[in-house]
Amino acid sequence: MSSDIPDADDAAAGGSPATSDEPEANDSPVEEAAKRTPTGVPLRVDGLVKRFGGVTAVDGASFEVEQGSLTGLIGPNGAGKSTTFNCITGVHEPTAGNIYFKNEDITGLKPYQIARKGLVRTFQIARELEEMTVLENLMLAPKGQLGESAIRAVTPGLRGEVVTQEEEIRERAWETLDFFEIDHLATEHAGNLSGGQRKLLEMARALMTDPELVLLDEPLAGVNPTLEEKLLDRIHQLREDGYTFLLVEHDMDIIMNNCEHVIVMHQGSVLAEGTGDEIRNNEQVIEAYLGEDI
Amino acid sequence: MSGDGSDPNGPGSTPDSATGALLDAARRSDLGLVLGTLLVIYLAATLLTFTNGLNSVVGLLRTLTFLGLVYALAALALNLQWGYAGLFNIGVAGFMALGVYTMGIVVRSPDPAFGPPGFGLPLPVGIVAGMLVAAVVGLLAALPALRLKADYLAIVTLGISEIIRLFLQSSSFDNFLRGTLGVGTGGGRGMGMPQNPVRELFLVDGQAGTPTAFGELVFGALGDGGLGISNSILIGWGYVAVLAAFVIGFYVLLERLGRSPFGRTLKAIREDELVADSLGKNVNLIKIKVFVIGCALMGLAGILWFGSQGNVSPTPQFMPLLTFYVFIAVIIGGSGSNTGAVLGGIVFAAVLFEGPRRVGSALRDVIDAETPSSFADALVSLDPVSLLAYATDNIAPLQFVLLGFVLVFIMHRRPDGLLGDRIETAAAVDLSERPHGGETDE
Repeated sequence: MSSDIPDADDAAAGGSPATSDEPEANDSPVEEAAKRTPTGVPLRVDGLVKRFGGVTAVDGASFEVEQGSLTGLIGPNGAGKSTTFNCITGVHEPTAGNIYFKNEDITGLKPYQIARKGLVRTFQIARELEEMTVLENLMLAPKGQLGESAIRAVTPGLRGEVVTQEEEIRERAWETLDFFEIDHLATEHAGNLSGGQRKLLEMARALMTDPELVLLDEPLAGVNPTLEEKLLDRIHQLREDGYTFLLVEHDMDIIMNNCEHVIVMHQGSVLAEGTGDEIRNNEQVIEAYLGEDI
Repeated sequence: MSGDGSDPNGPGSTPDSATGALLDAARRSDLGLVLGTLLVIYLAATLLTFTNGLNSVVGLLRTLTFLGLVYALAALALNLQWGYAGLFNIGVAGFMALGVYTMGIVVRSPDPAFGPPGFGLPLPVGIVAGMLVAAVVGLLAALPALRLKADYLAIVTLGISEIIRLFLQSSSFDNFLRGTLGVGTGGGRGMGMPQNPVRELFLVDGQAGTPTAFGELVFGALGDGGLGISNSILIGWGYVAVLAAFVIGFYVLLERLGRSPFGRTLKAIREDELVADSLGKNVNLIKIKVFVIGCALMGLAGILWFGSQGNVSPTPQFMPLLTFYVFIAVIIGGSGSNTGAVLGGIVFAAVLFEGPRRVGSALRDVIDAETPSSFADALVSLDPVSLLAYATDNIAPLQFVLLGFVLVFIMHRRPDGLLGDRIETAAAVDLSERPHGGETDE
């Protein structure tokens, strides 16, 4: 069902590169996002195959994520969701198939190259930089930091610019912490955070890279209901600000209640796509995913 | 002695006394901490040798300070690689050897009275060349090795360090160099080091008996004309001052590197490479950069350390043992902390390296007993005095036992070392509290 859509949308996506020459990184995430126009297809996965030895984890998956959408990717355990994620973000190199981000082929690029293009991810099991403070975790993320050059960091004349930029980044980090309501943890070592706080930190850190598309790998796993509410609330708010999300979950209800577009994977390929209601009533999905008798 | 050494850091749980308050104050200032530690070591060393006269006290203090500072230099360089970026480089000795040997080859006269010939270029050229060669070999080692996981990097660097040492020792390599470039390493006999410029500051052309105006002034006040300290010890102190300047230089450089976005990515790579990668950091490139910078600094540390020793030879000076000593210094100080590296270098050199020998020989002089011929004899005699006599006469091997105990103790009780528990901010700005001016009422 997805095969006929790419051609139709390619034309629309042609307009999106214009939105990619974003001005400065100084703007707050909200202002920044407001400049984006919610059209086009930033992410397109085409015939993705990934084999590990004799095991085919992903077998010809094709789908796309529309600009400004909150797209859900679901499937039973072993359906190939995480492998698909890892292929998109460059952790694994696909055996076959292509991945396009903003109409550019990013297949086989390294994770850092993909992240720099504006496609950033979070991890299923939150991976904090434990011996760094929460604030340092956030300040690590922004792109284009002058002080990442060792020479600029130490040379007396050049360090001034680095300090100025650091002040801006620090301010942005504080704003982001405010947004996720974890500002009281700023000077805490990330290793001391609870599981739910780590999930918040991880999402905050991803946003600090100024992404266009955020891949969330089970952001709600192991999170208590109150915090779950809070996280979902933030995701919706950010989406309204123009961010695009691809959300992997295996909790069907969360996906159905929050995502306007749902992709179902089963045995390495896309079984069905559509709105929550369409998926809920799709017999194949019911059979594969929910078991026959609901 | 061991009590003295651990005093300023202590278990850290009893700040109820006056000394406790003083130590707290010292802890708050890094410079105070380092100077305070040195002071305690000086006091202990003075107590140990004051009966032998001023000359031996000042001489011992010079030796302790020299060793403390050279270990601090090496520890600082290693701390950048291991403490900040988590790169487990066990090839420190090899990179130091590369630095000092390159310097020697570049600077030595093309037609020396004895020893291998060199290029005869000025000393600064030799120092830069030494750092460059250490950096380039570091780069060549890093390119394949940094793709490996931590343990394999350790094995590769250990291997490289031994390969370097054995090359320098090999007479075939020496002959090969003499045949192709007209310079040599001296093989197993080693190589005499160029004149130390500090010596020329005190003596015209470095010749004893012809002091410069500056030398005249110093020798007059502190040497034969004044306090009676020997000229060579005074010149030694002059070099210690140079070393101190280099330690400060290393420290400032590494602090600036650490307190910047560059330092932040290093810390992130140490913690989790995949996260750094997924946030758009070119992990491999950064690892190569930091490895090369660290190797260049190790080369410089090797030049400053062994270049001042008159003669270098590959064995035993550049055995892997040297690397492990530097690691112990970093571990004592607390990996990740630059102040800790300086402190660890000083404490290691004084308390664990030089201290036991000095205390041992001082004790041996006091003990009035025959030394038993073997450990078994000493044990069987059941006489604590002769056991002590045996121990103090064989302090060098016992030193390794002491080192082992100290390492086990640190790992067990204080795995972070003296200062490793401190938060070293990885940013060019203050992160301790929220800056004013932002909207706080949200």
